Amino acid sequence: MSNITPLKTEVEQALIAQGAGIAPDRKAAFERFLESGLPHRRVEAYHYTDLRALLKSAPPPAKAGGKVSVISPLADIDADIITLVDGRYEASLSSTPPKGVSVKMATTLADDGSAQKSVLSSDPVIALNAAFSDSALDIAIDAKTELVKPLIIRLVTTAAHASYPRVRVTVGDHAKAFIVESHEGGVAGALIDSVLEVRMGDHVAFDHLRLNVTDRAATVLTSFGGAMGKESLYRGHNFVVGGALSRHQIFFRFEGEQSKAEISSASLLNKKQHADSTLVVDHAVPECQSREFFAHVLDDESIGVFQGKIIVRPGAQQTDGKMMSRAIVLEDGATMNNKPELEIFADDVACGHGATVGALDEDLLFYLRARGLPKAEAEALMLQAFVGEALESIEHDGIRDVLEALAEQWLKARSA
Amino acid sequence: MLEIRNLHVAIEDGSKKILNGLNLTIRDGEVAAIMGPNGSGKSTLSYVIAGKDDYEVLDGEILLDGKNLLEMEPDARAAAGVFLAFQYPLEIPGVATMTFLKAALNAQRKGRGEDELTTPDFMKRVKAGAEKLGIPQDMLKRGLNVGFSGGEKKRMEILQMALLEPSIGILDETDSGLDIDALKIVSEGVNALRSAKRSFLVITHYQRLLNYIVPDTVHVMSKGQIVRTGGKELAFELEANGYADYVTNAAA
Ligand SMILES: Nc1ncnc2c1ncn2[C@@H]1O[C@H](COP(=O)(O)OP(=O)(O)O)[C@@H](O)[C@H]1O
Ligand SMILES: [Mg+2]
Repeated sequence: MSNITPLKTEVEQALIAQGAGIAPDRKAAFERFLESGLPHRRVEAYHYTDLRALLKSAPPPAKAGGKVSVISPLADIDADIITLVDGRYEASLSSTPPKGVSVKMATTLADDGSAQKSVLSSDPVIALNAAFSDSALDIAIDAKTELVKPLIIRLVTTAAHASYPRVRVTVGDHAKAFIVESHEGGVAGALIDSVLEVRMGDHVAFDHLRLNVTDRAATVLTSFGGAMGKESLYRGHNFVVGGALSRHQIFFRFEGEQSKAEISSASLLNKKQHADSTLVVDHAVPECQSREFFAHVLDDESIGVFQGKIIVRPGAQQTDGKMMSRAIVLEDGATMNNKPELEIFADDVACGHGATVGALDEDLLFYLRARGLPKAEAEALMLQAFVGEALESIEHDGIRDVLEALAEQWLKARSA
Repeated sequence: MLEIRNLHVAIEDGSKKILNGLNLTIRDGEVAAIMGPNGSGKSTLSYVIAGKDDYEVLDGEILLDGKNLLEMEPDARAAAGVFLAFQYPLEIPGVATMTFLKAALNAQRKGRGEDELTTPDFMKRVKAGAEKLGIPQDMLKRGLNVGFSGGEKKRMEILQMALLEPSIGILDETDSGLDIDALKIVSEGVNALRSAKRSFLVITHYQRLLNYIVPDTVHVMSKGQIVRTGGKELAFELEANGYADYVTNAAA
């Protein structure tokens, strides 16, 4: 522990105290966290989400899973379910894994110092997860397995403590699956710092939804690292209505040629909610295509952050990457921060990005009102259409319907 | 009956005056045409009646069957019976035409204290109306006006008018961008809606439309005022002589 930056804030002091008796195999990760401490505004990747300033407390890690009282918005979906309560596997709320899928808890090696490290980057929030996560859920989907039902991983928080869930998924060649990570529950003072790593083989079709319907007072930091082989398709979705402070990080890397990733996201925020979506798509090999679409609806004094980076490595020719962020700001007090970036080290590529921030189109609103729709209803219809664009790539009708209903509910609450 | 009295209107920021003491009365069942050069304020008049807030009404009043429209929100005006067929109908991506039609129809019914239509009843009405106007069913599933041709957008406006059954239908240059076949279809659609109770304000730059929608009265608008009123023969006179006379008259 030679060159450690002195840590000053109370929250950081609390984290250090919690790390005092840390298991030897978590030490490396903890030290990685200590090197940077909580990231702050002078750290580029956290400029708009200054965790050192925003994180008000570091509750102690949960000792055991509590009692689950929340009902998942996905409860009616015909799915296989795995439930992690306060970061711990809960057999009574989990179903038997389907054929071709194995699920087990590993108590060792939550450190990301190995092969996964490059997928997940050296992010301090991920290091913190590796340090405090006391077990990992390993899911292996065998080659050629085609899951008919979605596999829903419920991550439920029951009290004002911290949980550091880690889920590692391997998807074999020619397999097809849809995994949902559904962040639910939580109370004021609860901190969730979760990591999902997915290693996908060749000829894979993998769909993924990260749903944040946590309590509006919780802090929810989630990271996803995905690495994909050749001739595969990844479709990722993110949907946020919950959390006081949330950040969803996506680190996606193409490792095989002729693969495709479609990533879309919708965040509906109000009051003082702060939600950050940070994305790095790494085209490490040629001939891959990526499409990113991030939508924010910001009411009251909420803050939205989109940081997106497309990296095209040397030699990754014929890369086709397009990234778009659109935000609708409903009140003057709300803020959208956009930071799209391209880092291109190959010459034969087609890459682009765009970002728009604005109010609802007045002329469109007038057109709808002239047809008899009251203002609130006209706005809701336009916002529903806006959010719909970010949801339309979700293949599963039932789950798409649930998200549309959540958006509708949000809009109704707004006009009520 | 629509009564417009001494209407003075400027752009919202007050930088430019557009309507300068306009007077116009349209009786129940009457089809009134307004003709006038570009920039004379025809679209502005239609927007002010419908309630667009880009404009500031400096003076005057607009009454529909005695109700003061200027005090009402645009949606309340629609429920009260105002329908504006836009010169440039807007595209609304992500809102299916069918969804929009249903929302509009039910909102107006609600605004008038009527029950919502049942889905089969609604579908029946839309299908019948669309068929009359030569609107294919698959267009109704697409986003409202998204990717529609100019003619298709105008037909969609008339379909909306047919479904919403207004007491005054304002058609702003509905003929622009229409070929002769589309013009006939649209005119037939409008004529089918004519009744003793329903009046129309047909705004056009050219006399051609008035061969198909034959007006009871023709008004000439220039520089934000009605400068001459006559019967349908006035339209022919304008077609022959152009608007030059009116522009100078009004300026004098
Ligand atoms: N919202 C607006 N902002 C600025 N100028 C406007 C606006 N609406 C109309 N105008 C101006 O007012 C005048 C009348 O326009 P308009 O009502 O569209 O005329 P018409 O429909 O007869 O061609 C034109 O000079 C036009 O440029
Ligand atoms: Mg005009």
